[in-house]
Amino acid sequence: MKALVCVKRVIDYNVKPRVKSDGTGVDLANVKMSMNPFDEIAVEEAIRLKEKGVVTEIIAVSVGPAKAQETLRTALAMGADRAVLVQVDDGVEVEPLAVAKIVKGVADEEGPSLIITGKQAIDDDSNQVGQMVAALLGRPQGTFANEITVEGDSVVVKREIDGGLETVKLALPAVVTTDLRLNEPRYASLPNIMKAKSKPLVTKSPADYGVDVAPRLKTLKVSEPPVRSAGIKVADVDALVAKLKEMGVA
Amino acid sequence: MKTLVWVEHDNTAVKDATLSAVTAASQLGEVHLLVAGSGCAAAAAEAAKIAGVGKVHVAEDAAYANALAENVAPLVAGLMADHDAFVVPATTTGKNIAPRVAALLDVMQISDILSVEGPKTFTRPIYAGNAIATVESSDAKLVITVRGTAFAKTDATGGSGTVEAVAAGADSGLSSFVGSEVAKSERPELTSAKIIVSGGRALKDSDTFKAVIFPLADKLNAGVGASRAAVDAGYVPNDFQVGQTGKIVAPEVYIAVGISGAIQHLAGMKDSKTIIAINKDEDAPIFQVADLGLVADLFTAVPELTGKL
Repeated sequence: MKALVCVKRVIDYNVKPRVKSDGTGVDLANVKMSMNPFDEIAVEEAIRLKEKGVVTEIIAVSVGPAKAQETLRTALAMGADRAVLVQVDDGVEVEPLAVAKIVKGVADEEGPSLIITGKQAIDDDSNQVGQMVAALLGRPQGTFANEITVEGDSVVVKREIDGGLETVKLALPAVVTTDLRLNEPRYASLPNIMKAKSKPLVTKSPADYGVDVAPRLKTLKVSEPPVRSAGIKVADVDALVAKLKEMGVA
Repeated sequence: MKTLVWVEHDNTAVKDATLSAVTAASQLGEVHLLVAGSGCAAAAAEAAKIAGVGKVHVAEDAAYANALAENVAPLVAGLMADHDAFVVPATTTGKNIAPRVAALLDVMQISDILSVEGPKTFTRPIYAGNAIATVESSDAKLVITVRGTAFAKTDATGGSGTVEAVAAGADSGLSSFVGSEVAKSERPELTSAKIIVSGGRALKDSDTFKAVIFPLADKLNAGVGASRAAVDAGYVPNDFQVGQTGKIVAPEVYIAVGISGAIQHLAGMKDSKTIIAINKDEDAPIFQVADLGLVADLFTAVPELTGKL
């Protein structure tokens, strides 16, 4: 079966984002960008399914600027077979609904049995694309996956929920979104990074899938979160106990 | 504006997260509720008592027993013909269902709102809470998930909503519930606890974590949380995780023990009223957000603290 993996180029998770002083957004100029951590987990899971002989081909797809090619090359270096970049102009942010429509377009063309996405991107923190893709395709969804097992024509997904874990069984084709503990993504080796350069990567545009990427949400402003006032350090446990008593906690 | 609020429940009782969502919804207009489940009459009766609630739509069917998104989303999408906004608590159930509903309605969801600024204007955190975006929707209908810690809870009593049955849709046949492993805990639930004691990687192992953190939490009647490092190392189960990808909490007092304070952890707790940090590294980033800090070895300081309370 074919697997389609969605990856997003985002600010590196170790970078502390800075809000632009004019309030129009977060400053991404000269900031290190990487593959969204949850998407690395998605790519890794597809590769593991291929190594088990369940998946035969892995297609990585990304919606973003020309530089998102680098993110797709990373996926190819990890083990994806080919890639599709749905390119938009620099600085254009495509909302989850439009991304989901584009992914649906790619899925209609490719006919994957499994679509794997990260549970959320660490930039917009939306947590929507996987669910929306499933809805648009009219297929089942296994969100926040902790474990994935393909059994014949269905996939069993153990999900991370608020109180613990829950297991659901989904008819294939299905959409799965990855949680942190699904796996430990591998690093791409240098030879594989070199090989990835010659793997196929096609560039498309949203119009190829008939998708309008005009935003539905208008960002009026982006501001810094309220700053906490500086705290104090106490000398010892007794001082801490005294403070807790003062606060009425103990 | 007529809003439809998703009621999070376990068939017998309404969960607290719903009450925060009702507060957010009431800032938009008339509040209707949806109770979907199997054998959920008790939850529906309880929902009707929530202050300020109008109609309570009850969809009772085996297909809704485990809130499978494939079955629930079409039900909600149908009810949205008569409502202007679907308001959902940002729990794992809510986050699973709401975007599916939004896509069926062809609208963009607004995730994890912190405040209602206008009929279609909201604030929400982005970049792990390092920035707050104010967004205005241009969609005809709204689909919103609500961050529980950002809204006060509506009074669970005093209301007199009218309960009305909704015809159930067919089972999609696309998915089925197999089972769940729900961690039993005597301690206050993390997202609604007034005090939380959280442990990090420095706790060494599961037994040490329990021996150091649990007695302090018990003494304070506190919930127990953990950093991702502590969860990944297997000290405690996943659902203890506080952070961008775990639970978002805002208790009165958050005590971080042996937690360095990575961006992703702070995203889940920096709205706590008072943050107390115990860490032996005085340069740990956690001290930049802590109201009270104690630079000390947690293995001596925490038992001493527990003993003196």
